[in-house]
Amino acid sequence: MRRHVGFYLAAMKMSILEQFQYRAQNYFYMIGMIAEPIIYLVVWSSVANQQGGSVGGYTAGTFAAYYIVWTLVRNMNIVFTPYGWEWRLQHGRLSAELMRPIHPIHNDVAYFAGWKVVVIVLWLPLAAVLALIFKPSLNPTWLQLVVFFFAIWGAYLIRTMFLSLLGMIAFWTTRVGAIYELYFALELILSGRLVPMTLMPAWVQRVALFLPFQSAFYFPINALVGQLGPVELLSGLGLQLVWILVGVGLVNIVWSRGIKRFSAVGN
Amino acid sequence: MRLIELVWSYLRIGVANEMQYRVNFFLQLLQSLVALGTGLIGLWLVFNQTTSLAGWSQPELLAVMGVYILMGGVIQAGIQPNMQRLVDEIQEGTLDFALTKPVDGQLIVSIREFRFWQLTDVLVGLVVLVFASVQLRQQVSGMQTLAFIVALFLGGVMIYSFWLMLTTTAFWLTRIGEMVNLFQGLYAAGRWPVTIYPDWLRLGLTFLVPVAFAVTVPAEALTNRLSPTTLLGALVLALALFVLARIVWRLGVRSYSGASA
Repeated sequence: MRRHVGFYLAAMKMSILEQFQYRAQNYFYMIGMIAEPIIYLVVWSSVANQQGGSVGGYTAGTFAAYYIVWTLVRNMNIVFTPYGWEWRLQHGRLSAELMRPIHPIHNDVAYFAGWKVVVIVLWLPLAAVLALIFKPSLNPTWLQLVVFFFAIWGAYLIRTMFLSLLGMIAFWTTRVGAIYELYFALELILSGRLVPMTLMPAWVQRVALFLPFQSAFYFPINALVGQLGPVELLSGLGLQLVWILVGVGLVNIVWSRGIKRFSAVGN
Repeated sequence: MRLIELVWSYLRIGVANEMQYRVNFFLQLLQSLVALGTGLIGLWLVFNQTTSLAGWSQPELLAVMGVYILMGGVIQAGIQPNMQRLVDEIQEGTLDFALTKPVDGQLIVSIREFRFWQLTDVLVGLVVLVFASVQLRQQVSGMQTLAFIVALFLGGVMIYSFWLMLTTTAFWLTRIGEMVNLFQGLYAAGRWPVTIYPDWLRLGLTFLVPVAFAVTVPAEALTNRLSPTTLLGALVLALALFVLARIVWRLGVRSYSGASA
């Protein structure tokens, strides 16, 4: 355990230093990403205005809050991609990582977690500018702020686990792009990335309850922007924990089966 | 005539290349359909709540989406791969091979790559447009079709010119991957008619990044909203951008010094 803590601290520090070097590049990337939520925001606030001020419980102001917080949660959702797994397996990169005395996934988790620290710092001015332009109505309680802080890291871990699972499909087949795209489309709709879940038809909301997507996206945003009481907030965090544990369990099972099939050599 | 011959032979090479990987056609088709599906869901969610968006009815917005997908296919098949290759070659200093060929440099860097399978998006876009015009329950006249094709062509020219200018900055800046990323993000704004955006964004999408002319204007032609003045404006802007791109390209090439070819 102490060995792992030491590793995490060192790996995170390394990636913080590294990514801070590339801050301009990181910024361009983040700015490129805000086009998507701004489009949703504009569309939905004009729908809200047309419907006499609110739609599905959201006004133009709360939509603005939703989609601005969205940008941070989206950034927290960026983890080692399944395409990276595909590359790592097909090019035999994994061989070198297997030589280390620690499970390779720890490195993924630690490296991207460090990167997130840089991203959060860079996000703050971006959020300030967006807030000036779109005037969100946002007044969270202290509890909401605290829960939000933990929820974005929970979201990060959930998505890391499930995308690792997705990536490990490449142990069995080489044509994985189509599966990934289908998964991402499903995630777009069922996570709250496209619209707040309350705007979805009731049956879609019910289906989403049984899937991990919401916990990694809608819940953190809603924790800060929504009107959740203490019980809902804490049970939301609890559900995140359940999904993290489910994810870790599945990753372990799939990994131990998949790694037996891995036969690439070289680096 | 030399020009047509050249374009034709590169096109043939591109198609022959892609024909080696036929499974990719199905993967591409699947991807196009997934993108279409999510687009339709977005549209459907909006019209669950309202009957029109900024004066556009549902079938009209479907037409906008059709043009968006179609133009996206054209960009992905013919424009983006060429520009990507240009950036790579400027970075690596291997552009010499293209520049030393006995034809115009701008021409050759613009036609070398052709991703045939990406045309599935053009197909999907056309199907969406047919559906939209059936839903609109109006006869699309010959004049309208002509205006649509002209507007689409002008939009394509503008996107090409804009992207060439963006790419040409690589002669000075070298690393422009993020800018390309930015453009792709902004192009996604074309999924909706630019009239729904706030003024500052609409102006940007019209004159800085010509998304308005590439998608909204052709869709206006189909939905009976296009005024001759707008089409004339598109013509003028397309010509201006094309000439400007040419000038920027010339300046860029002048400052290019092959590194290691």
